[in-house]
Amino acid sequence: MPSLFQQIQAGALWDFHGGVHPPTRKAVTSEKPIISMSLPERLYIPLRQHIGVAGQLLVEVGERVLKGQALTAADNSMTVPVHAPTSGMIIAITDHTSPHPSALPESVIVIEPDGLEEWREREPLNFATADTQTLLERIQDSGIAGMGGAGFPTHIKAGLHQPVDYLIINAVECEPYITADDALMQEAPTTIVKGIDILCKLLNPKAVLIGIEADKPIAAAGMRAACSQREHYYVREVPVKYPSGGEKQLIQLLTNKEVPAGRRPADIGIVMQNIGTAFAIAQAVLDDHPLISRIVTVTGETLQRPQNVQALIGTPVAALLDFCGYQVELEQKVIMGGPMMGFTLPDLAVPVVKTTNCILAPSHTELPNAGPELDCIRCSACADACPATLLPQQLLWYSKAKDHDKLKEYNLADCIECGACAYVCPSEIPLVQYYRIAKAEIREQQREALKAEQAKARFEARNARLEAEKQARLAKNQQLAAARQQSQQQNAGSNTVAAALERIKAKQQNATETAQRSHADIVAEREVKKQQARAYQAQQAAATHTDAESGAQSQSASQNLDATATDPRQAAVAAAIARAKARQQQHTTEPAQTAQSRASAPAVTDSQATQNHADKAPSQDDPRKAAVAAALARAKARKQQQGAEAEQNHAIENNAATAASREATADKAPSHDDPRKAAVAAALARAKARKQQQGAEAEQNSALDNNGEAAASSEAAADKAPSHDDPRKAAVAAALARAKARKQQQGAEAEQNSALDNNGEAAASSEAAADEAPSQDDPRKAAVAAALARAKARKQQAAADTRSASEHDENAQAELAKTKGDSA
Amino acid sequence: MSFKIASSPHHHNRRSTASLMQLVAIACIPGIAVQAVFFGYGVLVQLVLAIATAWLAEAMILSLRHKAIRPRLMDHSALVTAVLLAVAIPPFAPWWLIVIGTAFAIIMVKQLYGGLGHNLFNPAMAAYVMLLISFPVQMTQWLPPLPLQSVTISPLDAICTIFTQFSCGGFSLSQMQLSVDGITLATPLDTLRTDLAQGLTLTESWQSPVYLSFAGSGWLWVNLAYLAGGLFLLQQKVITWRIPVAVLASLFVLTMLSWLASPDAFASPLFHLFSGGTMLAAFFIATDPVSASTTDRGRLWYGALIGLLIYLIRSFGGYPDAVAFAVLLANMCVPLIDYYTRPRTYGHKAKGATK
Repeated sequence: MPSLFQQIQAGALWDFHGGVHPPTRKAVTSEKPIISMSLPERLYIPLRQHIGVAGQLLVEVGERVLKGQALTAADNSMTVPVHAPTSGMIIAITDHTSPHPSALPESVIVIEPDGLEEWREREPLNFATADTQTLLERIQDSGIAGMGGAGFPTHIKAGLHQPVDYLIINAVECEPYITADDALMQEAPTTIVKGIDILCKLLNPKAVLIGIEADKPIAAAGMRAACSQREHYYVREVPVKYPSGGEKQLIQLLTNKEVPAGRRPADIGIVMQNIGTAFAIAQAVLDDHPLISRIVTVTGETLQRPQNVQALIGTPVAALLDFCGYQVELEQKVIMGGPMMGFTLPDLAVPVVKTTNCILAPSHTELPNAGPELDCIRCSACADACPATLLPQQLLWYSKAKDHDKLKEYNLADCIECGACAYVCPSEIPLVQYYRIAKAEIREQQREALKAEQAKARFEARNARLEAEKQARLAKNQQLAAARQQSQQQNAGSNTVAAALERIKAKQQNATETAQRSHADIVAEREVKKQQARAYQAQQAAATHTDAESGAQSQSASQNLDATATDPRQAAVAAAIARAKARQQQHTTEPAQTAQSRASAPAVTDSQATQNHADKAPSQDDPRKAAVAAALARAKARKQQQGAEAEQNHAIENNAATAASREATADKAPSHDDPRKAAVAAALARAKARKQQQGAEAEQNSALDNNGEAAASSEAAADKAPSHDDPRKAAVAAALARAKARKQQQGAEAEQNSALDNNGEAAASSEAAADEAPSQDDPRKAAVAAALARAKARKQQAAADTRSASEHDENAQAELAKTKGDSA
Repeated sequence: MSFKIASSPHHHNRRSTASLMQLVAIACIPGIAVQAVFFGYGVLVQLVLAIATAWLAEAMILSLRHKAIRPRLMDHSALVTAVLLAVAIPPFAPWWLIVIGTAFAIIMVKQLYGGLGHNLFNPAMAAYVMLLISFPVQMTQWLPPLPLQSVTISPLDAICTIFTQFSCGGFSLSQMQLSVDGITLATPLDTLRTDLAQGLTLTESWQSPVYLSFAGSGWLWVNLAYLAGGLFLLQQKVITWRIPVAVLASLFVLTMLSWLASPDAFASPLFHLFSGGTMLAAFFIATDPVSASTTDRGRLWYGALIGLLIYLIRSFGGYPDAVAFAVLLANMCVPLIDYYTRPRTYGHKAKGATK
């Protein structure tokens, strides 16, 4: 039994399963000389014309480039550059229809040739003396990628470290119509052989097998003659059968070996290169002529002069067809590649690229359109034709059923999409189309699975991190609490009042119903208490007026002119009104909201009467107005909340809009001196903030964005408000900050990640408010600020889960503010 | 200017399902002609009835299924089913027999399973079995071959007999069945079965005039004609050699073995190959792509199984001919056969080698 190598030497050929014999129709072009095409008006050079990634762009619009100049850099191993096919100006770098079945736009460099054909400097290499690395770099730098169709970077296949037994040069060209390789072999066999010599130097194979289909006798004879001096080069004529030019099929034909599934030919000691690639290598090394043109078979019955054209890379298909006398038909198909595996072009602006071997413009009679798809009759003509020995009709069945497991079991992945099955199918089922879709679905599924796995890992890592942070925070909190307790114990004897306050505060903090209570209530309550205290003092001094209820309003209206008024009567009146309001506020849980607002209506008209004065005297200290405003704001806020609940969807949709308008309101409100307006604005802001909470729960993504905006706007409000001396403004700002903080807490529950950041922001803004408020000398203001700070602190403690680290600072701030207020 | 977008391949060989089916129908013509000559023109009437019924039934179901009628009617698959059933039943069987059978084949066996390509069973054979079980008398009333016929039957007689059960001359079907010497003649296979059951040896049975040649007068020629048609299909690459060769080879080998072992109790292999519906089954029925195995090795198993079943039923079973039963039983095994005979994909190790 002779060894495989001996059999190959003896000229043995094997066969592969299946295959079809479509009419070749090669004679139309194979016997004509190759014609160089004149320069087209524009050249469109896609940045990526190979399998891999596009190189870094080296040129810019407006630059003049020379012929052969690299336009992109070969900056990594999977990159091959593209070159200027002629000298000219770069007029654009833009998106253009790609020479790909999808026809998706891709980046191209548009060159306007200047007709000078001015070359860059060229440095031919002597391949006999050049070392391997230099040769490989030259091959890469010349932009050579497999010219048979796939466009795999040649320097990778030529620079393999695995031992190579056989270098197979693929000159089979089994697709009907195409004669580009045939023509090249007829015209330049010696250059091709030099290219093969270079590949031999790089790969050092035992034998070189040149596979040529038997219908190219002239080419085969030419190659034989050119190889006659090299004894380990074997020219093999393989029988005409499609797809004998497929990589795996040719390997089986010439060596009787099969590439194991999922492996590369190099794993069984075989490297295959296209004959056009060998020619390009010779040109690149010996002439320093990068890959800037190629031979394209332009054929089909709608052309007057079908022929092989030497076309520059980037030549639009339209120019190529016109050059060959194209006469367009209705519903014309223009195919890039052959009739079996080529793809139809959506328009003719698509450029010729390194892998374009044929442009086919057939007439309707030549390649009729596919008929209607009928039912599979299980004739298994497809199985008989399949070169991969698959069972296409079973694959079709499972493709239609989307049964991906079965598809894997029946080795869909081994389908080379040669189209032999669809060619023979009597029911005209586009089998390859079904397989492509199924393959894409499987790929997509795998990608999804991978993504899900990564997301799970990320999620787990994040949970671990959050847990660690939470533990750290808890520990720190405990430390702080211990320290506070200690200091309190030390101060217990000297400051009993403070201790009492502390206890009250602690009680408040523990109470759960405080969440429902508005912070404005607390503010108002405090105001009321202070007023009561003051009124009591006033009554002590001059307890004469008891009919304050009716007359006090107008009186106070006139008296308000004087901001610094200290009339005890006035103070008493104010206290009474405040009490009334406080009572009203206690009924806030009752549904009679409108009644309440009506009850406060006199106060409104009253304060409207004094509005002008109030505008003129922004530093006035009228607590009633503040209280009224607060009540109004609450009523409005509640209404709006209901409205928001009723119209959740609408609110979500309008989220962005509300955010924007609220920004405007919040920005404008503090700029007026009218405290009521400010309060209203604050209420609006709160209502909106609540709406946004709901929106955020429904639609986290948009809420994320809006959170940022809300934070920004309320920050702005908070910044502006304290710059006035009016404590109410400070209160408004604080209210805004609270609203924001509340909203962000909710948002945080929905989206913990962003909450961490936003809490920080909220803390920052309320810090700002808290910082500024106590800096005033008015003790009330300080008290208000302190109350605000406490409220905030309470809220944030309730949201312990999402509490940020910055909260500790805030607690400290609150403490500070409180003590300041108390001491003041 | 818009260009036509299509998926590769853009080339297609011009062979369609319709043309395949047409070739099958054409290849039946020699067999039908010989049958008409030897067994009377009844077969032609049956053909017309069958084809008309098949088209009607197909069109009706297609319209009920909201499918385009024309392209599917024009794929000629219903035509082939009708032809196969028409040639399989006795030529002078009453008209309603073929109508019921064809309608059953098209509606129940083919369309209710989802139409062409989806039926598990060969429609013609399933219908044949249904008729044989439901109407055993009518399904076995074969006339003696031409040389033995006592009554000359004209084409008009054929029509009369099929529609009225009496020829224009007033002969009943059972009268026509009488041979020249006044004996009721069944098919050779039937005769053989009856004789062997009565304890006669094969040599004794062989005296019957029904075996005019080694396979029975007429039947030999009918089988030869179908063989010719089958070879034409092979030459046209409508069918592959595997199924017919496997059927005939397994039948030949099995009958040869039993004949060699006991020549008095078993008929010769040549008798089996050229009697009854053997050739029709091997080239036209077993090769029906829809209900046959689809893998190369599977087709060999499938064919061999049919051969085995024909042998078993003919030799030991209760029915004289066994083609229909054999084919239906083999149809049932197809999914299993297909599953276990998947070819080795390029680049993959053979099954069993990996596990």
